[in-house]
Order: sequence, then structure tokens, then C-alpha cells
Amino acid sequence: MKAWDAIVIGGGHNGLVNACYLQRAGLDVLVVEKNDWVGGAATSRELTPGFLYSNCSYVCSLFRPEIMRDLELPRFGLQVISYEGGAVFTRDGDYLANYRDHDAHRREFARFSRRDAEAYDRYSRDVTRQCRFIQPLLMRTAPDPTSLRPRDIGELLYLGKKFAGLTAEEMALTLRFWTMSISDFLDEYFETDVIKANFALSGIIGTALGPMSPGTAYVLLHHYMGEVDGSVGAWGYARGGMGAVTKALAASFKASGGTIRTGAEVDHVLIRNSKAKGVVLAGGEEIYGKLVISNADVKRTFLKLVEEKELPDIFLRRVRNFKIRGSSSKVNIALDSLPEFPALPKDSPVYRADMHFTDSIERMERAYDDWKAGRWSADPFLDMMIPTTLDPTMAPPGKHFMSCFVQYAPPKIDGRDWTDADRDGFAESVIAQIAEYSPGFRDRIVHMEVRTPREIEAEVGLTEGNIFQGELTFDQLLFNRPVPGYAQYRSPVGGLYMCGSSTHPGGGVMGAPGRNAAAEILRDLAKPTLHMSPAHDVI
Amino acid sequence: MTSSEVNWDAIVIGGGHNGLVAAATLSKSGRKVLLLEAGNEVGGAARTEEFAPGFRVSKVAHLLNRLHPDVVKTLELERHGLKVERGDFVPSVALSKDGPLVLHGAYGEVLTGASPSEQSAWKELRAQLLRYAGVLKPFLVRRPPDLAGMSLAEMTGLGQTALALKRLGKEDMRDFLRVLLMNVYDLLDEQLSDDRLKGLLAFDATLGSHLGPRSPTSLLGLYYRLAGEIGGLAGAQILPKGGMGAIVVAIRSAAEKAGVSIRPASPVAKVIVEKGRVIGVVTQSGETLRARTVVSAINPATTILDLVGPREVDTGFVRKVRNIRMKGDAAKLHLALDRPPQFTGVDAAGHKGRLVIAPSPDHVERAFNPSKYGEFSSEPVMEITLPSLVDSSLAPSSACVLSAVVQYAPYALREGWTAGKPQFLKAIMAQLEAYAPGIGATVRHAELLTPADIEARYRMPGGHWHHGELQADQMLMSRPVSGWSGYDTPLDGLFLAGAGSHPGGGVSGAPGLNAARRIIAMRA
Repeated sequence: MKAWDAIVIGGGHNGLVNACYLQRAGLDVLVVEKNDWVGGAATSRELTPGFLYSNCSYVCSLFRPEIMRDLELPRFGLQVISYEGGAVFTRDGDYLANYRDHDAHRREFARFSRRDAEAYDRYSRDVTRQCRFIQPLLMRTAPDPTSLRPRDIGELLYLGKKFAGLTAEEMALTLRFWTMSISDFLDEYFETDVIKANFALSGIIGTALGPMSPGTAYVLLHHYMGEVDGSVGAWGYARGGMGAVTKALAASFKASGGTIRTGAEVDHVLIRNSKAKGVVLAGGEEIYGKLVISNADVKRTFLKLVEEKELPDIFLRRVRNFKIRGSSSKVNIALDSLPEFPALPKDSPVYRADMHFTDSIERMERAYDDWKAGRWSADPFLDMMIPTTLDPTMAPPGKHFMSCFVQYAPPKIDGRDWTDADRDGFAESVIAQIAEYSPGFRDRIVHMEVRTPREIEAEVGLTEGNIFQGELTFDQLLFNRPVPGYAQYRSPVGGLYMCGSSTHPGGGVMGAPGRNAAAEILRDLAKPTLHMSPAHDVI
Repeated sequence: MTSSEVNWDAIVIGGGHNGLVAAATLSKSGRKVLLLEAGNEVGGAARTEEFAPGFRVSKVAHLLNRLHPDVVKTLELERHGLKVERGDFVPSVALSKDGPLVLHGAYGEVLTGASPSEQSAWKELRAQLLRYAGVLKPFLVRRPPDLAGMSLAEMTGLGQTALALKRLGKEDMRDFLRVLLMNVYDLLDEQLSDDRLKGLLAFDATLGSHLGPRSPTSLLGLYYRLAGEIGGLAGAQILPKGGMGAIVVAIRSAAEKAGVSIRPASPVAKVIVEKGRVIGVVTQSGETLRARTVVSAINPATTILDLVGPREVDTGFVRKVRNIRMKGDAAKLHLALDRPPQFTGVDAAGHKGRLVIAPSPDHVERAFNPSKYGEFSSEPVMEITLPSLVDSSLAPSSACVLSAVVQYAPYALREGWTAGKPQFLKAIMAQLEAYAPGIGATVRHAELLTPADIEARYRMPGGHWHHGELQADQMLMSRPVSGWSGYDTPLDGLFLAGAGSHPGGGVSGAPGLNAARRIIAMRA
């Protein structure tokens, strides 16, 4: 009976990145995916004829360029179209537009407040410096502060050196950055509600926190660390939808000799005297492998796929305590024509990027209060985009695909499961908000897909529908992610590794967890990692 | 004599407990010290005052739970009348419709009213919290590490902390690092099941700060409390005989004995700066007083922006000072009652303790929500004491004083406090009535101090008793502002010694003591 060198559970982007690197290191790798398609939460699916839906993740920026190069993704068809624009609509019929060009952006701010326009220079300088400090950490394994192994101490020293490289001012800011709320942070720069709201959204996307919760300033950084074609902080669309990323990964994987089995749901990990020996599929079929790497989140992996008796109590306790509450939903809409927003000039570039209707921090925070109370937001926060304004491949000519990322939506409604009625009520709150700013919007809708945490968990397998495979709070970052003592992609079970977003550095279509896990695995196998380029510093 | 001829070694601005401690400590080091207090008597927010004929109460601070042992030792406060015995410790009572739950001794050495399983869970959690708070405790009387370049002393300090961490053992250290910046709500959910107990802890963790139990970092509030001690026991609390004022009297007499000249009713108008060096102050009466060192034990923002003036320091520093968040979120209620109230299900000992209305963490969070938008909750949470049951001299015979700290009461109330105050008082009384039926009918006089009132009466900007939010990003090297957390300032000869400096507020005397020690170390 064939035994693979490595079996990767789950064909999400991190699972595929991990598989690619291992295959390219000469291992014989099998990826098993429960769905009939790969991609996990980075997929493009034709849910209605002619329309491609990026139905979970919808924009591309965080994906590490080093990985794109290593795995030759452009050669396998990945093309990222960077976009700019976007706006926050204000309730008085005006809007605040975003521009990539710093001075244009500044001028736009000046329309609302000269003081804020001045402050914008300080703001972007400070934030960029913070990114510069943190970005290189994404592609490194977090050190274990309780360990005295030379390697951990060396890594701690590296961090220390990096930190010491900052000026005292920057150090102070860094320390505060980790613990501040995005709202308090922005208050130190800006006075205008809509300008604050415009920046604050990056601090809450994907998290079960409000803009007034300490720690959200870091989440903002997490979303600023991306780059497209070397321009840091830039965002882009993957041509053909986010599925193009995982399609290219799968192609790269196969080209290097890897094997993918779709429609193969893993029932549990095969373990013999506390060593992973393979996986058992739902059908009962056993597949043997020397190593098993799980792309599933830490809760699913160790509470569903591994038997309790195989795990130490303290580890189980920490896994059970891992916070993975979902907070967001998706509403994906096929439109028969481009919606009009009377507030915007005709053919405004604004159409090409994120549009928001939440024009104050207070509205965002109140939306969060609803989440805490176990209900979806009455006045939700939307990150709305129409990728077809730049990528015609996603819809028939003249028609458009619209992606709405929505917060907040709790994993459970008042402690009970979502019902279809809940889902519809939630969807209505979203459509109603858009229609308020775009008359006749409802009539343009051809087809709509609503994905609450319930649907996200059911299809993608993300526990509680948490898109980051675990909340991004300090108690779950770096050496605490996913759990203290096992933040280096290994697990208490020999030969069983983790490579999903539950691990450092966390969520977003970044690929870093998959890559870092591969580096650790190859280290354990004493195989060279020359085919993995190290993190490049941001200049 | 024109006082400008007199040359003081040090002038201390502000006669709050930190000012007194700093002055006394400096004086003991042989310096000639003058303390200027704006009010008619010293003590600041730790005074005992009459609020209704025959009724006296501790204003703002009403429980003693963190007066630092080094302060007691340095000023020999026992010899000046401060006595604390184990018998003085008062319990904390978590009030609830399902009957109260009581933490006896030093922060629940014994827990009653809870199920056996909850009691053992609490035993474990309490030990853990005290262990972790113990790791942070030494920082209370240490200068925050200087990021720009650490002195040997600071390095050793941090080294000791690292060792303390190691001593926890690997797994315990890992848990410590995990929960350090966590929210109190999730931690309680992980380890406890009784809402009353969880509610009490959630309340204590967020008391005095603009955080809800679900706000990340809110657990630090609990550590801060448990890093405090009285009578040698962490987490213990007492209702001082004679109220907080009695503590101030002891510190004051220690200061006077040490030779400090105290001048009440002498508000300072200006700190004189010459070529980046502070050389003295001008009082509002126009008198110029010169000194080698000026120690401000009042609010840091008031000191820099009003007394020194933005012109004297660089804009970056001014911006930081302006950015210190210090909008108070707690109100103080004083009731003069015809007779002691009867809280349902609470025994006599319990009535002498701290009674907390915070039935569950969710309740506390719901009470917090409106304060984010400048509104108050219709079901406020509060901490109640009945000091006259411990010291009958505080009220006429058979009458009773009720003193309560009520959250959340946003400083910047949207509708304004003139309009909001009566409604807020109504909401508070409704809560009290629910737990002590009939109390409303016995109220002879009620005084509610909103943050706005506290600001006006006690010169605390924002009415914030910590003189600056005590949150992770305003602690240690970020307190009062980053780069200047070591009690000195960009101006030679000017030092900050109030609660706005590390480690923060509460009647501990630590900021005053640390500042004085810093000045002595610098030979300033």
C-alpha cells in the first residue's frame, strides 16, 4: 500500500502553498480536499450562468510576493490587477474619495478639514514605519519565549535587534500600537468623523472587535502589510476572481508532480502510538503518509480530526479556549447593469474599489454592540466592491458582479443556530442599506448569494465562520498562535503539523502560514530550503 | 520679606496624597520643601468631608486597598496613627436577585454563597491572578524602563522580572503571556461559571476605566488592583476609621514632622521657566517663589499646558500631552439615610463591607455600551459602602452614610450633566431600591458627583481619578507620555509626581514616592 511522504488536509490557499513547497523539495505530496473544487475560502464559482463569484475572500494584497515568485504563480495564470479609488458615502449626500496618490488624497481630506489634511502626512508616515517593523515577522517562525533553545533565543535576539533599530519614538509607538483601539489611535491624528471611519474599517475587518476595542490598531496594520507589484499597502483584484490564486497554486503544485484529490473529506487522522500515519476518509478509505499537515483550523483539527486520548490535557484545554468567533458575512450579487450612486460623478474612478456607507466610528461601534448581543447589525458595516469594473472576465458584457463583505454577524443568534429566516432578514438589512444610496438597485439584481457564518462553516469548514481561523487579538498572536507552546506549526502528535491561518501570522490570503509550516517541516526532515526565498524587507 | 529671597530646595504643587508623600520624602532627604495647595485643606480627592448636616464621607476614594508598604515604611505612617489589623478587612459582596455571594478576607480567601465546584474553581483562579499580579507588582515602585537607553538598574529590574517569570514554570509562564493583554470577560468564561462572581470580577477589572469587560486588555485592571495590598495582604481592603481623610491626616503629620512647610489656599498660576530650566513658581496672588526643583503632583496636562505653557516645550511633547485620554467614567454618590439600609440576604458583616451591584459580566458590558456614545445606562453598576457602620462618628446616631462609586458616567454626557444628572440619580436609586427595598424612603439628603463635578471640585481634568486613563497604552513607559515616563520632563528641574505618572491612581502614594526617589537619585 502506497505511503505518501506528506498528506495535506484541505486545499485552501495555505494548504496548497504548503504542498507546493514540500513537493518542490522533493517530497511526494497528496492534497485531500472535501469539496469538489480546491481553494477553500479563495475560490471563484459560477453560481449563476456567466457570473464568477469570489464568494468568500474577494481582494488580493496580503499574498506574499516572495511566495508568488517562488511558486511562479504568474506563469500559472495568476494576474493581480491593482486598483485604487473607493469612497465612504456620507449621509448628507456627499462622499469621501480615496486616491493612491498621497497629495490627491490629501486634497480630498482638505475638503473636510485642513487640519486633517496636515495630519494625514504624519499618519501615513507613522503607519508605514510600523508596517516596516512588523512585515518581516510575517515570514518567520515566532520564537518560544519560554524556551532556551539557541534557535528561539536567536529569534528573540533578532526581534530585539529589529526593535532596537527603531528610534525611541517609534518604539514607544510600536508598544502603544499593539494595545490601542483604532478609534483612540485615529483621534490622535484626525478630527473629522468620516475620515476616521474611512481608516477605521481596516481595524475591524474580520475581527470580533469594534473600532473602540483596544488591539484594533494592530488589526489595521495587518491589513496594511500587503503589497501589489511592490507597492506596499496596495490592494488588487485577482483576474478571474480569488479562485485564480488557488487555481494557479494548484497548477503550480501539479506541474511539480503533486497530486490533488477533491471530494475526499477526512474523517480523522490515523495515529499509531502517538505518531501520525495518514488519514481516514469519510468513506472509511485509509490513506497512508509519513507526515500529515492540516490546513483546517486548530479547533477542527484537534477537536474533530484527532481523538482526545492522543492529546495532552493542557493542550486540549488551550485548544478549547482558542477564540474563533465569526463576525462577518458575505452577500454576493449578480447585477444586470452597473448600479448608480447619485452622490458620485458619472464614471467616477471610485466605482473601482471599496465603497462604504458607514460614515462614523460610532455607527461601526454600534454595529459591534449588536454582535455582542448575539444578533446581526441593524445598521451593518459594508465593504462593497464591483470587481467587474476592472475585470470583465467575471460577468457577461455589460453585467456586473458585486461583492459585499458585511459586519457584524455572530456565529449564533441569541445562542441558537441561524435559520433561513435569519439569513434573509440579514440580507435585507444589507440590500436596504445599498438601495438607500443607489435608487433602483433592487431591480438590477439577477442573483444573490448570502453567506452567514453558518454557510461559511458548512462549505469552507471554517469553525464558527471565522475567516481568520481564529481571532487576531494579542492573546492569539505570535508565540500565542494558535496556542502557547505549539506556535511553531508542530503539534503534540508526531508527524502532525498545522499550516492554516490558525497559525502565525494569521488570516487573510497571505500564504505565509503555509510557507512557514513548510520551512519547519523541511527543517525536521533536514532538507534544504533553498527554493524558499526569505522575507524581503520593505524599503 | 519678599519671598523671592527665600530659596526652597523644592516646591511641590498640589497637596493631594501623592504631593504630600513626595514632599515628605524629599524633606526627609534633607531638602527644604514647600508644598502649595490650592484648596483650603490638603488631601485632594482623599478627604473626608461633611456633605449633609452631621454626615461625613470620604470624597471620591472611599476604600483603602493599595497604600504602598514602601510609603508606609518611608513615612513611618504607623507612628502617625495609621493602624491596619486583619480584623479591619471588609468583605466584598456580589449582590444578586439569586442571593448574594461573599468574598471574605483578602479578596476572597474564602468564598461563600457559591457551589463547591465554583469555590474550587475560584480558589484556583484567585491563586493564578495573585501569582501573575505578583510578577507585575515590583513595577509599582520602579521607574518604567527607558526605551532610549536602559540604565544598569533598569536592566537588573527587568532581569528580576524575567526571573520571576521563569520561576512560574514553563506552562504557567505561557499562560501568563497569553492572558496578559486579554479581556477579563473571556478569561472568566474559561474558568468560572457563577455569573455573580464573574460580574463582581468584571466590575473590579473595569472600575475607574473606560473599558468594558469584553474590551481587550481589561484584565490588566484586575492585576492593578491585586498588585495593591494593605496590611500586608494583596487584594485586602478596609474602610478607614474617620474615612480616607484619616489617612491623609497621617501622611500630613508625617510630612510636617519631616519639616515640610504646607501652605493651603495658595493656587499656583505659573511655573517660571528660564532657558529650558524651571526656577520657581508664581502663585495666583502674584507671589514669586524660587526653588531648584519644582514637583507637580497635580494633573500632567494642567501642569504642562496651563502652568508651564506650550511655548516652553516642543510641539511633539505638547501633542502627546494633549493626547492623554482622561475623560472620567465614574460618578460618586453620597446618601444621608435615616437608618442603615437592609440589602436583601446580606448579613451584618456584609453590610460593613463592599457591596457590588454587577449581576453578570454581560450586565457590566451593557452598562458600558452607552458610555461610548456619551450616554449613561438605565441599569448602572456600582460599588457601595456604608462607612458609618464601621465608624459611627461619620453619621448622627441611628442614621447612616452610604457612599457609592457608580459606573458608567461619561464625563462628556451628550445631553449635558445639568439635564442628565437628575435622570441618572433616578436610575441609580432604582437599582438601590431593587437590592435594598425601602432605602429610597429613608434618604434625607443625596449628593451625586458626576465627573464634571469631580473635575470642578478636586481639580481633576475630566473628573478622572487616575489623572489619565489607566489602559495598556497609557501605562508604564507610556505614562504620562512616552519618552517621559520617568517623572522628569523636557524641562530641567520640573518633575511630575501625581497619579498621572506611573503606576497610576488610587490611594497608593507610589507615584509621589517614586518621583521623590528619582529626584533624590538625580541629586536635583
